[in-house]
Amino acid sequence: MIISRTLLTTRRILQQVRHDHRTIALIILVPTVLMGLLSWMLSDVPNAFNQWGGPLLGIFPLIVMFLITSVATLRERTSGTLERLMVSPIRKSEFISAYAIAFSLLGALQALIAALVSINIYGLDTKGHTSAIILVAVIDAVMGTALGLLASSMARTEFQAVQFMPVFLIPQFLLGGFIVDRDSLPNLLNLLSDLMPLSYSIDALNIALSDQSLGGQYWENILIVLAIVLSALILGGLTLPRSSR
Amino acid sequence: MAISVIGLVVEKFDRKILDDISLELNSNRTIGLVGPSGSGKTTLIRALVGSQRIKSGKVKIFGLEPGSEKLRSRIGYMAQKSALYSDLTVRENLDYFAAIFGASKRRVGEILDLLHLGEHNKKIAGSLSGGETSRLSLGIALLGDPDLFFLDEPTVGLDPILRAELWKVFRNLKEIGKTLVITSHLMDEAERCDDIILMRNGKVIFHGSLESLRIRTNCSEVEEAFIKLASGGM
Repeated sequence: MIISRTLLTTRRILQQVRHDHRTIALIILVPTVLMGLLSWMLSDVPNAFNQWGGPLLGIFPLIVMFLITSVATLRERTSGTLERLMVSPIRKSEFISAYAIAFSLLGALQALIAALVSINIYGLDTKGHTSAIILVAVIDAVMGTALGLLASSMARTEFQAVQFMPVFLIPQFLLGGFIVDRDSLPNLLNLLSDLMPLSYSIDALNIALSDQSLGGQYWENILIVLAIVLSALILGGLTLPRSSR
Repeated sequence: MAISVIGLVVEKFDRKILDDISLELNSNRTIGLVGPSGSGKTTLIRALVGSQRIKSGKVKIFGLEPGSEKLRSRIGYMAQKSALYSDLTVRENLDYFAAIFGASKRRVGEILDLLHLGEHNKKIAGSLSGGETSRLSLGIALLGDPDLFFLDEPTVGLDPILRAELWKVFRNLKEIGKTLVITSHLMDEAERCDDIILMRNGKVIFHGSLESLRIRTNCSEVEEAFIKLASGGM
């Protein structure tokens, strides 16, 4: 892989985002505003913001980055620029890496702002694990980017890419331990939840938001999520077609 | 030999788009791929650059598989779609692709001058007119220093003066040893090429020089010759 072509493409993607003020607003503001709404909703229910807000801090960046990445990559295909690039010297791995770097940077910025505002303004109690919580939120944003890239390699239109969101994310949201504790799920569903990356990031967030010390379990969850992110990126690269029908 | 195609078949939705095409094209030529809309020109070009999945047949470019890594740096490609980043400026588009192709900043300046795009330098590509968009798309294809150019309808929508200038550019490229495959639905553009490939309904109905076309059909105009060949008058 030639690093310079990857970084040039990363710069080009960020230049495109810079020209698109609405996307910048979406990336930066949406999770922060939604966390504010949640904190307001739950302001009269003791400890509820910590219970629901903690996991959502990981879920919002995941959803936003999934949507932005899948649609942006699909736009490369529908506009013909992907075909032009696939005929040029750039490699698929360089193209995928550039998208992963560009949107992971934006996702990390988004997660960082949402986490800092939630902790310092909305009053999310981090039990002294502020950086551990921010780390999970950032990794979830990167996971949204990786899954978005994978979804876009399977979709042929932007319309299909958006429809992949319920396929990729809603089952993770339902089974990941956000609504019902994973141990209380029926066996088969519990097994399925073990296969989903969001389950491990919610587990990690729950550990960070509890009174217990972080310990090995937290880091084990982080490593599993990172391994799944890397696998999704590799799979996205392998399934990106150079030719089409 | 620049291009070798044997028994190429492409199907889309069970319909034959290219039907048993075989061609051998030499280097250092301007090759006009001419035919009406829907004749299979774009699909053939896409198969040659490696972006079209083929059903059967063999395609080799300089003895290499289309789309292979070694070949991609030797190819300049302008697709029928504008294939630009519509949210970037003209200059940003050129700078990005120049970097990908390893072309210099000076070359970007030359392309801006050549295609009369200098005054639009800072315009967002999405705000350009149809002709300006085509020029920018062509400019990107001309940025690098490839051996072989595939240009799909490069002169469509351009005013006659610019069209004549571009054909001068194409001739200059040929004079320095490049090979150009240029599609057009305008029959008169075939007359500017060394080799002519006439296509209709996914088949090649003629391949040769302008002179041999005239001799074979006994027609002076390419359009007249095309009609004669297509109607089975030969």
